[in-house]
Amino acid sequence: MNVTIPLLSFDCTNFRFGRALLVTVLSVVVSGCANTNAPQGITDPNEAANRETHNFNLGLDRALVRPAAGAYGSVLPEPVKQGVSNFASNLDGPGDVANNLLQLRFGKAGHNTLRFAVNTIVGIGGLFDPATAIGLPEKPTDFGETLHVWGMPEGNYVELPFVGPSTSRDFVGIIVDVALNPVRLALPLPEANYATIAKVASALGDRDRYSETVDSILYDSADSYAQARLLYLQNRRFELGQTAGDDSFVDPYEDPYAE
Amino acid sequence: MQNNVKLTRRGFAAVFGAGCLSLAMPRMALALTVDDARALVGRTIDSVNSIINSGKSESAMLGDFEKLFARYADVPVIARSALGVAAKSASKAQLSAFTKSFQGYISRKYGRRFREFIGGRIEVTGAKPLKSYFEVVSVAYLQGDAPFDLRWHVSDKSGKDLFFNIIIEGVNMLASERAEIGALLDKRKGNLDQLIADLKTL
Repeated sequence: MNVTIPLLSFDCTNFRFGRALLVTVLSVVVSGCANTNAPQGITDPNEAANRETHNFNLGLDRALVRPAAGAYGSVLPEPVKQGVSNFASNLDGPGDVANNLLQLRFGKAGHNTLRFAVNTIVGIGGLFDPATAIGLPEKPTDFGETLHVWGMPEGNYVELPFVGPSTSRDFVGIIVDVALNPVRLALPLPEANYATIAKVASALGDRDRYSETVDSILYDSADSYAQARLLYLQNRRFELGQTAGDDSFVDPYEDPYAE
Repeated sequence: MQNNVKLTRRGFAAVFGAGCLSLAMPRMALALTVDDARALVGRTIDSVNSIINSGKSESAMLGDFEKLFARYADVPVIARSALGVAAKSASKAQLSAFTKSFQGYISRKYGRRFREFIGGRIEVTGAKPLKSYFEVVSVAYLQGDAPFDLRWHVSDKSGKDLFFNIIIEGVNMLASERAEIGALLDKRKGNLDQLIADLKTL
């Protein structure tokens, strides 16, 4: 970890990080370096406030997101929805590459660079996804993962308004990813807004596409807050490769057959 | 220590039992291997694939899923684990009634999810020992979706090779169901009989 800090500052300046942010990030890195253990269980000291946010998010989904997603899903033909989804995910390419570099994962950085180039050029600005067909599937990442690679612990569970389940570490990640998204910073104003619209449309498409699963968690569970929290944490830890510890699984045989 | 004595006694009975079995049917007494675990999951997946591609109605498919679940999964252990601490104070009759309700509930719930695999396929890619059981790794390919990771935990501690947990992209069924059943029980102020009755309608 110590070795990575000078390298990081080098990468950070390359990516035109603001100096203040750089200092903040580095202090986080230094303070978080010691903890690399896989997190266990759930740390949710602000559960009451989180539950309020959860209720707000449920109301938002019921009143706005779910109906909008349903309309989006039923009005547009499948190829158009697929195109929007491809386009939106291709816009994440440069950000993924930047994060891969910050994580010192140069193989993945190369993979995502090549993927972005193929889909932008051959896939007509990212509307199509020929990269997956030639063996360059999507390998998404984010600044939350970068912070994890730098040794920052997960922190507390938090449910964010409009966004949903997250952790204090991933919340910082989201802010940095949004504020420093290379595509948004590179594009002039109207185009940058189109990019945002594409992201929103794509999110609606996902909400509609996985409607049954999402509904079963949000509306059919006895405690949708607890289910969403558990699902998010388990899935996020899996994405970050933190499930290696065998003890993260329940062994029901340790007790059940005992009299 | 009390526990040790108990274990030893049970251990002896198990060894003695296994010895008798091995005399009668030599092949049955062999312990679960990676290949057995893999084969069990292979058979389960074949059945899932044939159900989702059968073209039957939803309710018929859900019935088939329940049969599959009863055959290849260790339902009593999954039910008991989902019930958590409440299982300790439950009577034998309550536990068996709960197991029965739970079997239907979980088959409908996961059967609906598996129905979304229509037109897709699941492939076993590996298996390895993990603690006292085996983990079989498979990949699910759905139409128009990135492939995802599906793991099965298999044990023979029930006396048969059965799976007792499914982990979808890191999200494990036992943990989710323990949270859900716990919440359902809380809503009924801990009334297990009420939960047993209500699970049949969920």
